[in-house]
Amino acid sequence: MELGQHISQRYNQELENIRNQVLKMGGLVEQQSINAVKALLNHDPELAREVASRDDEVNSMEVAIDEECTRVIAKRQPAASDLRLVVAVIKTITDLERIGDEAQKIALYAQKLSLRDTVNDMHSELAHLSRRVLDTLRDSLHAFARLDANQAVETLGQDKHIDKEFENLSRLLITHMMEDPRRIKSALRVNWCARSLERIGDHAQNLCEYVIYLVKGKDVRHKSLEHIRAKHFPMDDEETPFVTPKLAD
Amino acid sequence: MTLDKTALVVDNNNNSTEVNLTGSASDTADMLDMTIGETVGKALLEDAKLNVRHANVFYGDKQAIHDISLDIGKNEVLAMIGPSGCGKSTFLRCLNRMNDTIPICRVEGSFLLDGEDIYDRRQDPVLLRSRVGMVFQKPNPFPKSIYDNVAYGVRLHGLAKNRAELDEIVEKSLRRAGLFNEVKDDLHKPGTGLSGGQQQRLCIARTIAIDPEVILMDEPTSALDPIATALIEELITELSEKYTIAIVTHSMQQAARVSNRTAYFHMGKLVEVNDTDSVFTTPQHPLTENYITGRFG
Repeated sequence: MELGQHISQRYNQELENIRNQVLKMGGLVEQQSINAVKALLNHDPELAREVASRDDEVNSMEVAIDEECTRVIAKRQPAASDLRLVVAVIKTITDLERIGDEAQKIALYAQKLSLRDTVNDMHSELAHLSRRVLDTLRDSLHAFARLDANQAVETLGQDKHIDKEFENLSRLLITHMMEDPRRIKSALRVNWCARSLERIGDHAQNLCEYVIYLVKGKDVRHKSLEHIRAKHFPMDDEETPFVTPKLAD
Repeated sequence: MTLDKTALVVDNNNNSTEVNLTGSASDTADMLDMTIGETVGKALLEDAKLNVRHANVFYGDKQAIHDISLDIGKNEVLAMIGPSGCGKSTFLRCLNRMNDTIPICRVEGSFLLDGEDIYDRRQDPVLLRSRVGMVFQKPNPFPKSIYDNVAYGVRLHGLAKNRAELDEIVEKSLRRAGLFNEVKDDLHKPGTGLSGGQQQRLCIARTIAIDPEVILMDEPTSALDPIATALIEELITELSEKYTIAIVTHSMQQAARVSNRTAYFHMGKLVEVNDTDSVFTTPQHPLTENYITGRFG
């Protein structure tokens, strides 16, 4: 997708600006998620407080980008790939904001001392789930930054692994609760954290779907991965007579 | 990609079907080089009102239109867009033989209206133009009264038996063009005294008074303000219930608003034609993409 090359230079700048702001917001949200997980696993209430307090930044970025998109629609009547960019951005920032909220939830639990023992017991499982989720988030943000539909569809495949890990962790926590009912409260809270991580994974999936929409012009929401692969990512790329966007240098 | 005489029909699912012609799937690498190649999209229809095959138009030595095959469906609004000099107006004018009046103009290919050859020697151009009416860029009412402007064609073709019938046709046409209420007390004042938007609607009333089958519009709103434009666009949508409409426009938003199908012309070739919705959200050809996103230049 050539963001540049419009006859109107100002239009170029406006679209470029929107894209840059989304990348910035994505970076912030990723950092928030990383820090929330760190604060939880390393029992760092200081870091957790910082994450919780920075959520406002994420929220105000969402509002600012939304406004900018509305302005571009009103002033430029974008069409084709420009329109898809604006629409994809409006959706993307909603999911980014939700990821920010989930990170904030994790950070709030991470500040509670009572979670310490349970987190320690579950440390390796939690770390494993977190790594998967954060990798997925990073990959989906990369796919957006590079407008790489192939990476997006690959990243879509990660969700089932995340779901499985979350299920395993949940099952372990239930066992803990049955063994020692005094730990039910903290186990439930750890489960909520894991649930938040799993939700972040879901939102990252959505980001990937928007990238595919933006690049390929196909709405792949609520479709199975096999269907998407077979229909929109044929092995032989020649069969896709479609404007393949590419990034401006 | 060769420029041989083929047209490839590609539907929305990228399933290509060859209609009466041969061709190969579009080559992505070539597309990025901005070669035009075969028309992408769905150029040919079943049960169309107008069938054009392998149209070539020359002005003297200069070829203005290169091998265009395109169908226009019944009750369809087809919008033709493209940069200046791309041949869209020339193509439009071929459809009712308006190019006959230009001595150096030569038209080749087959043009069928309901299966009947438009360029057949026995075809009477005047009768043809009563079936395929035209509205021009600049409103061009006759220097006559509003009433006579609308009644002119009706009288010429003898479509009214008596005065009462003529009155009725004039009123009905003005009503359908959305002008009657504004001019009903001034029917015998000169048509040239109306505002630009009213004059254009008068020309549309004049066109539909003789009950054509197809209406060609060559940038009908380019000289009008936004309100008059909106009225004409509304009118186009209403008229499409009865007529087949082909409209050339420089306003892409207008094409997006009023048409069912959009054809993109570039340097005398038909680059892409498809459902308007898909042309404006997911054009298949990079040239179309560049033009509708304002990257042409």
